[in-house]
Amino acid sequence: MAMTAIWTGMTTLSLLCALVLGRGSALAPAALEGAAAAVELALGMAGALCLWMGVMEVMARAGLAEKLAKLLSPLLSRLFPDFRQDRGVMDAIAANVSANLLGLGNAATPLGLEAARRMSKKTPGVAGDSLCMLVVCNTASIQLLPTTVAAVRLSAGCRTPFDILPAVWVTSLCSVTVGVLAAKGFARLWRTRP
Amino acid sequence: MSGLLDLLIPAILAGVSVYGMARGVDVYDSLLQGAARGLKILLGILPALVTLLTVVAMLRASGAMEVLSAALAPVMDRLGVPPETVPLMLVRPISGSAALGVGSDLIASFGPDSPVGRTAAVMLGSTETTFYTIAVYFGAAGIKKTRYAIPAALCADLAGFFFAALTVRLFFG
Repeated sequence: MAMTAIWTGMTTLSLLCALVLGRGSALAPAALEGAAAAVELALGMAGALCLWMGVMEVMARAGLAEKLAKLLSPLLSRLFPDFRQDRGVMDAIAANVSANLLGLGNAATPLGLEAARRMSKKTPGVAGDSLCMLVVCNTASIQLLPTTVAAVRLSAGCRTPFDILPAVWVTSLCSVTVGVLAAKGFARLWRTRP
Repeated sequence: MSGLLDLLIPAILAGVSVYGMARGVDVYDSLLQGAARGLKILLGILPALVTLLTVVAMLRASGAMEVLSAALAPVMDRLGVPPETVPLMLVRPISGSAALGVGSDLIASFGPDSPVGRTAAVMLGSTETTFYTIAVYFGAAGIKKTRYAIPAALCADLAGFFFAALTVRLFFG
């Protein structure tokens, strides 16, 4: 529904703006060119996207996700102190985070949902501190190789589509850190003010 | 730095394959299956790409984008964020395919190596579809009281947008 409002609002806004600014004649060709550009874009990024999805599949089957999960467990038990003793929850979180790191969104979501379901048994209907933290970690992207974006850049004629990697890593790290700090801070506020 | 990154991709391709083979994985079959899934993803996002690129092209041709960017330019300028990326920031938390549409339009029209194109790429690569994720997680866990999850997640998004612009300026001057 949100997208219905956005689409309708944006088309209406552009019609009104074009009328006010006297650019009515430019609108129709722009709309059709935009639609055509979408197909060009999809074709342009198809090869790179398919290749990287294949590499990700190899990584998953070779057990790299499990390796990552083991590496991450000390950090994770600090982020989710309420469930440190609960192996089922911690394993699901570790697998969720490492699948996210590898960019396996389809694999990450069911694992994260499993952890969320187990967490919610402790406090039915209410998002506890750890569940809020899990959601924040999953809304802040922590992908090592942003393959879709690289494919988009490649199709736009970029020769070095991965040169943004350091910037993406630093940015992801900063945004996750801000999210985690915000969650910890809000947790304190919510406790004193029930 | 750039020389190292040039080798990163071939090294990942070869390294992952060797590692997979050593672990007894049918590497080629995995590649094919992953590629097939990539096609499915592409088909899944194509309809949304068409509608979004259409409306973004209309907004640009109508001059609405310039009006919006000009209105927000002073604030964005102070934060060091290119005002052209405002539409991307607005749709990013709501729809992943919409953000991909708006972002790839920015990358194509400003150029993938322009500051705006790079910032848009970093924003896309380092943020998530926040509201969708929250809906899925809390829906699956049957949560009614979401407490502070939404504000905390939005803090992370805002930080992501700001740091995207900052890192692009730092790394690419």
